[in-house]
Amino acid sequence: MSITIAISLDLKGLSCPLPIIKTAKAMKGLEPGELLEVFATDPGSVPDFAAWSKSTRNPLVETGQDGAVYHFVLKKKET
Amino acid sequence: MRNDVLILGGGVGGTIVANLVAKDVGESARITLVDSTGLHTYQPGFLYVAVGAEKATALQREESHLLRKEVKLVIESATFIDPGAKRVVLRSGRTLRYDELVIATGSRTVTDEVPGGIAAHDFYTMQGAIRLFHTLEEFRGGTIVIGVAGIPYKCPPAPVEFVFLLDDYLRARGIREQSQIKLLSPLNRAFTIEATSKLIQPILAERGIELIGFFNVESVDPVSRAVTSLEGETVAYDLLILVPPHRGQKVIEASHLGDERGWIPVDKNTLKHMQHPDIWAIGDATNIPISKSGSVAHYEASVAAAQIVAAVKGEPPPAHLYDGKVMCFLETGRGEATTISFDYDHPPTSPTPARRWHWAKALFNKAYWHTVPQGRL
Repeated sequence: MSITIAISLDLKGLSCPLPIIKTAKAMKGLEPGELLEVFATDPGSVPDFAAWSKSTRNPLVETGQDGAVYHFVLKKKET
Repeated sequence: MRNDVLILGGGVGGTIVANLVAKDVGESARITLVDSTGLHTYQPGFLYVAVGAEKATALQREESHLLRKEVKLVIESATFIDPGAKRVVLRSGRTLRYDELVIATGSRTVTDEVPGGIAAHDFYTMQGAIRLFHTLEEFRGGTIVIGVAGIPYKCPPAPVEFVFLLDDYLRARGIREQSQIKLLSPLNRAFTIEATSKLIQPILAERGIELIGFFNVESVDPVSRAVTSLEGETVAYDLLILVPPHRGQKVIEASHLGDERGWIPVDKNTLKHMQHPDIWAIGDATNIPISKSGSVAHYEASVAAAQIVAAVKGEPPPAHLYDGKVMCFLETGRGEATTISFDYDHPPTSPTPARRWHWAKALFNKAYWHTVPQGRL
Protein backbone atom coordinates (compact mmCIF):
# COMPACT_ATOMS: atom_id res chain seq x y z
CA MET A 1 0.00 0.00 0.00
CA SER A 2 1.46 3.37 -0.91
CA ILE A 3 1.17 6.30 1.45
CA THR A 4 -0.14 9.55 0.02
CA ILE A 5 1.18 12.67 1.65
CA ALA A 6 -1.28 15.59 1.55
CA ILE A 7 1.28 18.26 2.47
CA SER A 8 5.07 18.18 2.64
CA LEU A 9 6.83 20.87 4.67
CA ASP A 10 10.49 21.71 4.21
CA LEU A 11 11.42 23.24 7.58
CA LYS A 12 15.16 22.68 7.29
CA GLY A 13 17.24 25.42 8.87
CA LEU A 14 14.45 26.66 11.15
CA SER A 15 15.04 26.57 14.88
CA CYS A 16 12.47 25.74 17.54
CA PRO A 17 9.67 26.53 18.04
CA LEU A 18 9.14 27.49 14.37
CA PRO A 19 8.88 23.89 13.03
CA ILE A 20 6.08 23.17 15.53
CA ILE A 21 4.22 26.39 14.69
CA LYS A 22 4.44 25.86 10.92
CA THR A 23 3.30 22.27 11.37
CA ALA A 24 0.38 23.32 13.58
CA LYS A 25 -0.69 25.86 10.92
CA ALA A 26 -0.45 23.35 8.06
CA MET A 27 -2.30 20.67 10.05
CA LYS A 28 -5.33 22.94 10.33
CA GLY A 29 -5.84 22.75 6.57
CA LEU A 30 -5.94 18.94 6.48
CA GLU A 31 -8.93 16.60 6.54
CA PRO A 32 -9.06 13.91 9.28
CA GLY A 33 -6.83 10.97 8.37
CA GLU A 34 -4.70 12.93 5.89
CA LEU A 35 -0.93 12.84 6.25
CA LEU A 36 1.53 15.67 6.74
CA GLU A 37 5.24 15.19 6.16
CA VAL A 38 7.95 17.37 7.73
CA PHE A 39 11.67 17.70 7.06
CA ALA A 40 13.60 19.54 9.79
CA THR A 41 17.19 19.97 10.91
CA ASP A 42 16.68 21.23 14.46
CA PRO A 43 17.70 18.32 16.77
CA GLY A 44 15.16 19.60 19.31
CA SER A 45 12.40 18.77 16.83
CA VAL A 46 12.69 15.03 17.69
CA PRO A 47 11.37 15.33 21.27
CA ASP A 48 9.21 18.35 20.34
CA PHE A 49 7.30 16.53 17.56
CA ALA A 50 6.79 13.45 19.75
CA ALA A 51 5.41 15.63 22.57
CA TRP A 52 3.32 17.80 20.23
CA SER A 53 1.77 14.70 18.61
CA LYS A 54 0.86 13.30 22.02
CA SER A 55 -0.50 16.60 23.28
CA THR A 56 -2.63 17.35 20.20
CA ARG A 57 -3.55 13.67 19.54
CA ASN A 58 -2.39 13.87 15.92
CA PRO A 59 -0.53 10.53 15.65
CA LEU A 60 3.15 10.54 14.66
CA VAL A 61 3.07 7.64 12.22
CA GLU A 62 6.64 7.72 10.96
CA THR A 63 9.98 9.15 12.08
CA GLY A 64 13.36 8.89 10.43
CA GLN A 65 16.72 10.52 10.02
CA ASP A 66 18.91 10.95 6.95
CA GLY A 67 22.19 12.56 8.00
CA ALA A 68 21.31 15.87 9.64
CA VAL A 69 17.73 15.87 8.35
CA TYR A 70 14.87 14.56 10.50
CA HIS A 71 11.73 13.27 8.86
CA PHE A 72 8.31 13.07 10.49
CA VAL A 73 4.92 11.96 9.19
CA LEU A 74 1.89 13.06 11.18
CA LYS A 75 -1.70 11.98 10.68
CA LYS A 76 -4.53 14.44 11.24
CA LYS A 77 -6.66 13.18 14.11
CA GLU A 78 -10.17 11.84 13.55
CA THR A 79 -12.71 14.20 15.09
CA MET B 1 37.83 60.70 -2.07
CA ARG B 2 36.11 60.24 1.29
CA ASN B 3 33.97 57.17 1.86
CA ASP B 4 30.28 57.65 2.62
CA VAL B 5 29.28 55.35 5.47
CA LEU B 6 25.52 55.32 5.89
CA ILE B 7 23.72 53.75 8.85
CA LEU B 8 19.96 53.22 8.95
CA GLY B 9 18.51 53.03 12.46
CA GLY B 10 19.41 54.79 15.71
CA GLY B 11 18.85 51.89 18.07
CA VAL B 12 21.57 50.11 19.99
CA GLY B 13 23.21 48.45 16.96
CA GLY B 14 23.21 51.44 14.60
CA THR B 15 24.44 53.85 17.26
CA ILE B 16 27.37 51.63 18.27
CA VAL B 17 28.43 51.13 14.62
CA ALA B 18 28.28 54.88 13.97
CA ASN B 19 30.36 55.71 17.06
CA LEU B 20 32.95 52.96 16.54
CA VAL B 21 33.45 53.87 12.88
CA ALA B 22 33.64 57.57 13.80
CA LYS B 23 36.21 56.87 16.51
CA ASP B 24 38.55 55.13 14.07
CA VAL B 25 38.01 56.86 10.74
CA GLY B 26 35.87 59.89 11.63
CA GLU B 27 38.33 62.19 9.88
CA SER B 28 38.56 60.22 6.66
CA ALA B 29 34.93 59.10 6.14
CA ARG B 30 31.59 60.89 6.02
CA ILE B 31 29.37 59.08 8.50
CA THR B 32 25.61 59.60 8.44
CA LEU B 33 22.97 57.95 10.63
CA VAL B 34 19.33 58.08 9.56
CA ASP B 35 16.63 57.58 12.19
CA SER B 36 12.92 58.25 11.84
CA THR B 37 12.42 59.57 15.38
CA GLY B 38 15.73 61.05 16.51
CA LEU B 39 15.07 59.36 19.86
CA HIS B 40 17.06 56.44 21.23
CA THR B 41 14.86 54.03 23.14
CA TYR B 42 16.07 51.46 25.66
CA GLN B 43 13.57 48.73 24.81
CA PRO B 44 14.53 46.24 27.58
CA GLY B 45 12.90 48.72 29.97
CA PHE B 46 9.40 48.31 28.49
CA LEU B 47 8.40 45.46 30.79
CA TYR B 48 9.37 47.50 33.85
CA VAL B 49 7.23 50.40 32.60
CA ALA B 50 4.28 48.02 32.29
CA VAL B 51 4.46 47.08 36.00
CA GLY B 52 5.22 50.62 37.16
CA ALA B 53 8.84 49.89 38.12
CA GLU B 54 10.31 52.37 35.63
CA LYS B 55 9.24 55.69 34.17
CA ALA B 56 8.78 55.86 30.40
CA THR B 57 10.85 59.05 30.26
CA ALA B 58 13.86 57.21 31.72
CA LEU B 59 13.99 54.98 28.63
CA GLN B 60 14.50 57.63 25.97
CA ARG B 61 17.27 60.09 25.13
CA GLU B 62 17.97 62.33 22.18
CA GLU B 63 19.99 60.28 19.68
CA SER B 64 22.09 63.37 18.92
CA HIS B 65 23.40 63.32 22.52
CA LEU B 66 24.65 59.74 22.11
CA LEU B 67 26.51 60.16 18.82
CA ARG B 68 30.08 61.35 18.40
CA LYS B 69 30.42 64.76 16.81
CA GLU B 70 31.80 63.24 13.57
CA VAL B 71 28.43 61.52 12.92
CA LYS B 72 25.75 63.45 11.06
CA LEU B 73 22.22 62.62 12.23
CA VAL B 74 19.35 62.82 9.74
CA ILE B 75 15.92 62.57 11.38
CA GLU B 76 13.76 61.13 8.64
CA SER B 77 12.42 57.74 7.46
CA ALA B 78 14.22 55.81 4.76
CA THR B 79 11.69 54.58 2.20
CA PHE B 80 13.80 52.80 -0.43
CA ILE B 81 17.25 51.26 -0.67
CA ASP B 82 18.71 50.96 -4.19
CA PRO B 83 21.77 48.70 -4.00
CA GLY B 84 22.43 49.09 -7.76
CA ALA B 85 22.83 52.86 -7.52
CA LYS B 86 24.19 52.61 -3.92
CA ARG B 87 21.74 55.13 -2.58
CA VAL B 88 18.92 55.42 -0.08
CA VAL B 89 15.77 57.43 -0.70
CA LEU B 90 14.20 59.29 2.25
CA ARG B 91 10.55 60.17 2.76
CA SER B 92 11.08 63.77 1.60
CA GLY B 93 12.48 62.46 -1.70
CA ARG B 94 16.03 63.37 -0.73
CA THR B 95 18.62 60.72 -1.56
CA LEU B 96 21.79 59.74 0.28
CA ARG B 97 24.58 57.81 -1.47
CA TYR B 98 26.80 55.31 0.28
CA ASP B 99 29.95 53.29 -0.13
CA GLU B 100 29.13 51.16 2.90
CA LEU B 101 25.60 50.73 4.22
CA VAL B 102 24.57 49.30 7.60
CA ILE B 103 20.93 48.34 8.04
CA ALA B 104 20.04 48.40 11.73
CA THR B 105 16.36 49.14 11.35
CA GLY B 106 15.15 46.57 13.88
CA SER B 107 11.73 44.98 13.74
CA ARG B 108 8.14 46.19 13.95
CA THR B 109 5.12 44.65 15.61
CA VAL B 110 2.06 43.74 13.53
CA THR B 111 -0.68 43.10 16.07
CA ASP B 112 -3.42 43.03 13.42
CA GLU B 113 -1.99 39.88 11.78
CA VAL B 114 -3.78 37.93 14.53
CA PRO B 115 -7.58 37.92 14.12
CA GLY B 116 -8.90 39.86 17.11
CA GLY B 117 -5.32 40.55 18.23
CA ILE B 118 -5.83 44.28 18.62
CA ALA B 119 -7.95 43.50 21.70
CA ALA B 120 -4.81 42.29 23.45
CA HIS B 121 -2.31 44.36 25.42
CA ASP B 122 1.44 44.13 24.90
CA PHE B 123 4.71 45.46 26.30
CA TYR B 124 6.60 45.46 22.99
CA THR B 125 6.28 49.16 22.24
CA MET B 126 6.48 52.18 24.54
CA GLN B 127 2.84 52.96 23.79
CA GLY B 128 1.83 49.35 24.56
CA ALA B 129 3.76 49.29 27.84
CA ILE B 130 2.19 52.57 29.04
CA ARG B 131 -1.30 51.39 28.08
CA LEU B 132 -0.76 48.10 29.92
CA PHE B 133 0.47 50.00 33.00
CA HIS B 134 -2.77 52.00 33.12
CA THR B 135 -4.92 48.89 32.59
CA LEU B 136 -3.08 47.05 35.38
CA GLU B 137 -3.66 50.00 37.70
CA GLU B 138 -7.42 49.51 37.19
CA PHE B 139 -7.19 45.70 37.54
CA ARG B 140 -8.89 44.37 40.68
CA GLY B 141 -8.54 40.62 40.13
CA GLY B 142 -9.35 37.94 37.54
CA THR B 143 -7.46 35.87 34.99
CA ILE B 144 -4.45 37.39 33.25
CA VAL B 145 -3.29 35.40 30.22
CA ILE B 146 0.11 35.95 28.61
CA GLY B 147 0.80 34.34 25.24
CA VAL B 148 2.94 34.41 22.11
CA ALA B 149 1.27 35.30 18.80
CA GLY B 150 4.26 35.05 16.48
CA ILE B 151 7.82 33.74 16.19
CA PRO B 152 10.42 35.22 16.07
CA TYR B 153 9.91 38.05 18.55
CA LYS B 154 12.20 40.42 20.42
CA CYS B 155 13.80 39.32 23.67
CA PRO B 156 12.70 35.66 23.96
CA PRO B 157 12.82 35.56 27.79
CA ALA B 158 10.50 38.60 28.11
CA PRO B 159 7.15 36.75 28.49
CA VAL B 160 8.62 34.60 31.29
CA GLU B 161 10.20 37.63 32.96
CA PHE B 162 6.92 39.46 32.67
CA VAL B 163 4.86 36.80 34.48
CA PHE B 164 7.33 36.85 37.38
CA LEU B 165 7.27 40.67 37.57
CA LEU B 166 3.47 40.55 37.30
CA ASP B 167 3.31 38.09 40.20
CA ASP B 168 5.40 40.52 42.32
CA TYR B 169 3.24 43.44 41.20
CA LEU B 170 -0.06 41.75 42.09
CA ARG B 171 1.29 40.64 45.49
CA ALA B 172 2.50 44.17 46.27
CA ARG B 173 -1.00 45.44 45.48
CA GLY B 174 -2.58 42.75 47.64
CA ILE B 175 -4.67 41.28 44.79
CA ARG B 176 -2.65 38.16 43.95
CA GLU B 177 -5.15 35.92 45.76
CA GLN B 178 -7.98 37.19 43.55
CA SER B 179 -5.89 36.72 40.38
CA GLN B 180 -4.77 33.87 38.18
CA ILE B 181 -1.74 34.12 35.90
CA LYS B 182 -1.60 31.77 32.89
CA LEU B 183 1.43 31.59 30.60
CA LEU B 184 0.75 30.16 27.13
CA SER B 185 3.89 28.68 25.59
CA PRO B 186 4.53 27.66 21.94
CA LEU B 187 6.28 24.49 23.18
CA ASN B 188 5.61 22.04 25.99
CA ARG B 189 7.97 23.99 28.26
CA ALA B 190 8.22 27.56 29.55
CA PHE B 191 11.00 28.59 27.21
CA THR B 192 12.59 27.36 23.97
CA ILE B 193 15.88 26.65 25.75
CA GLU B 194 15.50 23.42 27.69
CA ALA B 195 18.18 24.09 30.34
CA THR B 196 16.59 27.44 31.23
CA SER B 197 13.10 25.90 31.26
CA LYS B 198 14.20 23.30 33.79
CA LEU B 199 15.42 26.10 36.03
CA ILE B 200 12.35 28.31 35.81
CA GLN B 201 9.46 25.83 35.67
CA PRO B 202 9.69 24.94 39.39
CA ILE B 203 9.67 28.69 40.19
CA LEU B 204 6.54 29.17 38.05
CA ALA B 205 4.86 26.36 39.99
CA GLU B 206 6.00 27.80 43.33
CA ARG B 207 4.50 31.21 42.45
CA GLY B 208 1.22 29.65 41.34
CA ILE B 209 1.68 30.62 37.69
CA GLU B 210 -0.02 28.12 35.39
CA LEU B 211 1.96 27.00 32.33
CA ILE B 212 -0.12 25.88 29.32
CA GLY B 213 2.09 24.20 26.72
CA PHE B 214 1.75 23.84 22.94
CA PHE B 215 -0.50 26.84 22.79
CA ASN B 216 0.33 28.75 19.61
CA VAL B 217 -2.07 31.68 19.49
CA GLU B 218 -4.28 31.70 16.41
CA SER B 219 -7.06 34.16 17.19
CA VAL B 220 -8.72 36.22 19.88
CA ASP B 221 -12.43 36.65 20.48
CA PRO B 222 -12.75 39.97 22.34
CA VAL B 223 -16.52 39.50 22.84
CA SER B 224 -16.35 36.20 24.72
CA ARG B 225 -12.85 37.13 25.99
CA ALA B 226 -11.17 33.93 24.85
CA VAL B 227 -7.97 33.14 23.02
CA THR B 228 -7.73 30.09 20.72
CA SER B 229 -4.64 28.15 19.66
CA LEU B 230 -3.64 26.54 16.36
CA GLU B 231 -3.83 23.31 18.33
CA GLY B 232 -7.56 23.91 18.89
CA GLU B 233 -7.55 24.79 22.59
CA THR B 234 -9.36 27.82 24.06
CA VAL B 235 -8.47 29.79 27.20
CA ALA B 236 -10.69 32.48 28.75
CA TYR B 237 -9.20 35.72 30.04
CA ASP B 238 -10.07 38.95 31.82
CA LEU B 239 -6.86 40.62 30.71
CA LEU B 240 -4.94 39.33 27.69
CA ILE B 241 -1.31 40.22 27.03
CA LEU B 242 0.16 38.94 23.75
CA VAL B 243 3.62 39.11 22.27
CA PRO B 244 2.60 40.46 18.86
CA PRO B 245 3.89 39.03 15.57
CA HIS B 246 7.02 40.82 14.34
CA ARG B 247 8.21 41.71 10.83
CA GLY B 248 11.14 43.54 9.30
CA GLN B 249 10.69 47.23 8.49
CA LYS B 250 8.67 48.40 5.50
CA VAL B 251 11.76 49.89 3.81
CA ILE B 252 13.28 46.39 3.64
CA GLU B 253 10.10 44.93 2.13
CA ALA B 254 9.76 47.83 -0.34
CA SER B 255 13.38 47.38 -1.44
CA HIS B 256 13.08 43.56 -1.76
CA LEU B 257 16.16 43.11 0.41
CA GLY B 258 14.60 40.63 2.82
CA ASP B 259 12.64 37.38 2.94
CA GLU B 260 8.83 37.12 2.98
CA ARG B 261 8.74 38.59 6.52
CA GLY B 262 11.22 41.35 5.72
CA TRP B 263 14.21 39.75 7.53
CA ILE B 264 17.49 40.44 5.74
CA PRO B 265 19.55 37.40 4.68
CA VAL B 266 23.13 37.88 5.88
CA ASP B 267 26.17 35.71 6.40
CA LYS B 268 25.93 34.65 10.05
CA ASN B 269 29.61 35.49 10.71
CA THR B 270 30.41 38.54 8.54
CA LEU B 271 26.84 39.99 8.76
CA LYS B 272 27.16 41.00 5.11
CA HIS B 273 24.09 40.83 2.89
CA MET B 274 24.10 37.60 0.85
CA GLN B 275 23.78 39.47 -2.46
CA HIS B 276 25.31 42.88 -1.77
CA PRO B 277 28.87 42.92 -0.34
CA ASP B 278 28.72 46.62 0.60
CA ILE B 279 25.61 46.17 2.79
CA TRP B 280 25.71 44.87 6.36
CA ALA B 281 22.67 44.15 8.51
CA ILE B 282 22.70 43.73 12.28
CA GLY B 283 20.31 43.21 15.19
CA ASP B 284 16.63 42.37 14.82
CA ALA B 285 16.71 43.21 11.08
CA THR B 286 18.57 40.03 10.02
CA ASN B 287 17.28 36.52 9.30
CA ILE B 288 19.93 34.84 11.49
CA PRO B 289 18.10 32.20 13.57
CA ILE B 290 19.30 33.67 16.85
CA SER B 291 17.65 35.82 19.54
CA LYS B 292 16.33 39.17 18.43
CA SER B 293 17.75 41.19 21.29
CA GLY B 294 19.80 44.23 22.17
CA SER B 295 22.64 41.98 23.27
CA VAL B 296 22.94 40.43 19.79
CA ALA B 297 22.84 43.87 18.12
CA HIS B 298 25.48 45.05 20.60
CA TYR B 299 27.91 42.21 19.83
CA GLU B 300 27.25 42.32 16.08
CA ALA B 301 27.81 46.09 15.90
CA SER B 302 31.51 45.87 16.74
CA VAL B 303 31.97 43.16 14.09
CA ALA B 304 30.29 45.23 11.36
CA ALA B 305 32.12 48.39 12.47
CA ALA B 306 35.55 46.71 12.28
CA GLN B 307 34.84 45.53 8.71
CA ILE B 308 33.71 49.00 7.65
CA VAL B 309 36.78 50.64 9.21
CA ALA B 310 38.97 48.20 7.25
CA ALA B 311 37.04 48.96 4.05
CA VAL B 312 37.47 52.72 4.59
CA LYS B 313 41.19 52.30 5.24
CA GLY B 314 41.54 49.99 2.23
CA GLU B 315 42.80 47.20 4.47
CA PRO B 316 41.86 43.50 4.30
CA PRO B 317 38.80 42.55 6.41
CA PRO B 318 39.57 41.78 10.07
CA ALA B 319 39.69 38.24 11.41
CA HIS B 320 37.21 39.01 14.22
CA LEU B 321 33.78 37.74 13.13
CA TYR B 322 30.44 37.31 14.88
CA ASP B 323 30.39 33.99 16.75
CA GLY B 324 26.70 33.99 17.63
CA LYS B 325 27.25 35.36 21.12
CA VAL B 326 24.09 36.10 23.11
CA MET B 327 23.87 37.14 26.74
CA CYS B 328 20.52 37.94 28.34
CA PHE B 329 19.29 38.53 31.85
CA LEU B 330 16.07 36.85 32.95
CA GLU B 331 14.20 38.25 35.96
CA THR B 332 12.66 35.51 38.10
CA GLY B 333 10.88 37.86 40.52
CA ARG B 334 11.33 38.57 44.25
CA GLY B 335 14.53 40.46 43.50
CA GLU B 336 16.28 37.54 41.81
CA ALA B 337 17.36 36.86 38.24
CA THR B 338 19.40 34.46 36.13
CA THR B 339 21.26 34.85 32.84
CA ILE B 340 21.32 32.97 29.54
CA SER B 341 24.58 32.80 27.58
CA PHE B 342 25.44 30.90 24.42
CA ASP B 343 26.98 31.18 20.97
CA TYR B 344 26.94 29.20 17.71
CA ASP B 345 29.21 26.51 19.18
CA HIS B 346 28.17 26.41 22.82
CA PRO B 347 24.72 25.42 24.15
CA PRO B 348 22.91 27.80 26.49
CA THR B 349 23.75 27.85 30.18
CA SER B 350 21.90 29.56 33.04
CA PRO B 351 23.10 29.92 36.64
CA THR B 352 20.74 29.34 39.61
CA PRO B 353 18.64 32.49 40.09
CA ALA B 354 20.22 34.85 42.63
CA ARG B 355 20.00 38.43 43.81
CA ARG B 356 23.32 39.36 42.24
CA TRP B 357 21.96 38.81 38.70
CA HIS B 358 19.00 41.05 39.43
CA TRP B 359 21.38 43.76 40.67
CA ALA B 360 23.66 43.21 37.68
CA LYS B 361 20.68 43.75 35.38
CA ALA B 362 19.56 46.87 37.28
CA LEU B 363 23.11 48.24 37.14
CA PHE B 364 23.39 47.49 33.42
CA ASN B 365 20.08 49.27 32.77
CA LYS B 366 21.48 52.42 34.46
CA ALA B 367 25.03 52.19 33.08
CA TYR B 368 23.71 51.58 29.54
CA TRP B 369 23.44 55.26 28.62
CA HIS B 370 27.08 56.00 29.41
CA THR B 371 28.69 52.87 27.99
CA VAL B 372 26.86 50.84 25.36
CA PRO B 373 25.86 53.39 22.66
CA GLN B 374 29.36 54.85 22.82
CA GLY B 375 30.88 51.41 22.18
CA ARG B 376 32.68 51.41 25.54
CA LEU B 377 31.34 48.03 26.66
